[in-house]
Amino acid sequence: MLEIRWHGRGGQGAVTASEIIASASIIEGKYALAFPEFGAERRGAPVRAYTRITDSPLIPRTPIERPDVVVVLDRSLLKPTYIEGLKEGGTLVANSPLKPAELLEKLGLGGGKYRAATVDASSIAMKWLKANIVNTAILGAFVKSTELVKLDTVLDVIRSRFHGKVAEANVMAVKEAYESTQLSWG
Amino acid sequence: MEAAQEVKSKRPIPLSTNYAVAHAAKDLDVDVVAAYPITPQTTVVEKLSEFVANGELDAEFIHVESEHSALSATLAASLTGARAFTATASQGLALMHEILHVASGLRAPIVMSVAMRALSAPISIWNDQTDLFNARDAGWIIYFVHTAQEAYDTVIQAYRLAEDRGVMLPVMVGYDGYVMSHTTEPVVVEDRASVLKFAPKRPYPYRLDPDKPVTIGPIVPPEYYYELKYQQVKAMEGVPEKAEDVDREFQKAFGRGYGIMECYMCEGADALIVANASYAATLKSVLPDAWREGLKVGLLRLRLYRPFPAKHFVNYTSNVKSVLVIDRAISYGAPYQGPLANEIAGLKVREDLGFNLTSAVAGIGQRAMEPEDFLALARLAWEARTRRYPETIFYGVRE
Amino acid sequence: MKLPGWKEMTIGGVITNPGNSLEYKTGDWKVLMPVINQEKCIRCRICWYVCPDSAILELDKPYTTKAKRVYKISYDVNYDFCKGCGMCAQECPAKAIDMVPVEVS
Repeated sequence: MLEIRWHGRGGQGAVTASEIIASASIIEGKYALAFPEFGAERRGAPVRAYTRITDSPLIPRTPIERPDVVVVLDRSLLKPTYIEGLKEGGTLVANSPLKPAELLEKLGLGGGKYRAATVDASSIAMKWLKANIVNTAILGAFVKSTELVKLDTVLDVIRSRFHGKVAEANVMAVKEAYESTQLSWG
Repeated sequence: MEAAQEVKSKRPIPLSTNYAVAHAAKDLDVDVVAAYPITPQTTVVEKLSEFVANGELDAEFIHVESEHSALSATLAASLTGARAFTATASQGLALMHEILHVASGLRAPIVMSVAMRALSAPISIWNDQTDLFNARDAGWIIYFVHTAQEAYDTVIQAYRLAEDRGVMLPVMVGYDGYVMSHTTEPVVVEDRASVLKFAPKRPYPYRLDPDKPVTIGPIVPPEYYYELKYQQVKAMEGVPEKAEDVDREFQKAFGRGYGIMECYMCEGADALIVANASYAATLKSVLPDAWREGLKVGLLRLRLYRPFPAKHFVNYTSNVKSVLVIDRAISYGAPYQGPLANEIAGLKVREDLGFNLTSAVAGIGQRAMEPEDFLALARLAWEARTRRYPETIFYGVRE
Repeated sequence: MKLPGWKEMTIGGVITNPGNSLEYKTGDWKVLMPVINQEKCIRCRICWYVCPDSAILELDKPYTTKAKRVYKISYDVNYDFCKGCGMCAQECPAKAIDMVPVEVS
């Protein structure tokens, strides 16, 4: 079973991102669960979402305390407290212009125990979507670094959830993020 | 205090339980009454508005448009430090249900009388205890009273208990609609000074005050909610002892006391009937006949119901072979379909009590019960010493 | 952070220091922030009026423009609560507000 924990702020699409990955996994024949955790329900409040991907239909519904992958959509959430619990050998996917090793060092996660994938998702989102909604861009980095689902499946899910120009803009954001993601061990 | 020798014998006046409750609220000098009329509680509200109109009671009488508002207003008034009172029954108690939980969650020292009545559907204005049993888990302290005098006395005791800083829980005083609410009995009423001496006003401590602002009733996330509810658990745990203390003090001050659970004709009894309110009153008059018949059946009258006086129950049932629980409400589909019987079954298992338990539902929708019927139940309780009745008996229903 | 037990919490969850929402700064996630140009600002008060967060402050701060126009008050932004929605900039009739990217460390 693979456990992914997403961190964003209300309104940035963390919940949608967790669902897109779950949908992609289900389409590819796996079992998946995606669920959000809500605190204060307002724009800008920190939000957590969880995705579990497994081969068995029996999936726990508890919050993920020891994720294999942590995805951070908002730069202001790149703090050790939000990365807590990441398994050794796990991957941090972050919306950040920093190099992966640099970011891990800053978070006190250096020493070669973790991987990181960074991409400036904010700039990519501003370019294609004219708004700082980074959830689709970050999926590009997610797919590149974890290979848990295929890029094409994710693009299909995006095209079915969004329509017309919006869908295509998101697709371009995902593709550019996929290409420009930097990946390395810390 | 001079209570011991000051107990004068006072002349009782004829009052229905509804009027007795209104008199108690008046003598307690309640500050706010917000109530909505509903049969069979109406005369409580009428009498109270009369007291306010003629100046006997200096209180704010709020005419609300529903019971949901009635309890909301009573609760809010209590949170400003006022001694607030309300009364209801049946559909009204059901309508205010969500506020019941708010009141106990906010730890408001309110007292509410409930003239127990059946719940629709079908529509019934007659007495059974469905309304109150539907509200038993709302976190309120609950008393059942069996005479108008006890109703008067218990409303007074209720404020002293509710306003105790170690309690701070709302209290419901339940009595049977019609057979008690509208039935005239002799009641001794006390003077306001003595009542207020016994139950001085102890307002809600964080009273809403513009000069000392607080926030009451915030949203509480999962990290904190559980502990706040546990505070209620702990407050409830302390109630049986405090309720007994209050009753003892009341006995000293006014010469009348009830305990929290009464065992009547229990000396030498081999079987007990658990009953409350009017059925308990009737059984007190019928049981001598049972004993004459050779049936040594006693009565366990339930007075304090929430929290359940477990210690007393265990004590009183330690030597009996049969306990028959009369329920005036139905818990459809439950292991015993009488709600009280279910709870007592739990206690029986917990304390490994040896008696045979029988669940009997009776008097639904105020289906008449004659003295012979009570005698029949006494015979049943007697039979059950050696015979098990695993299915709930729906006494009096026509097949 | 060690969370309090039931004995340490106020009865019924009463909050005895109300108004503490002022200590909870919600403006920490904005991407763009408004900067008011005091030269161009005509003190019409529209920004103050439209801000959904009451994050525009009206201050008793006199200001004299280069063209010798004297104002008794000035407007400024409370960045602790401003979330960068841009309504002030959009509604300003004098185009005196610029939305600039926030420097993220």
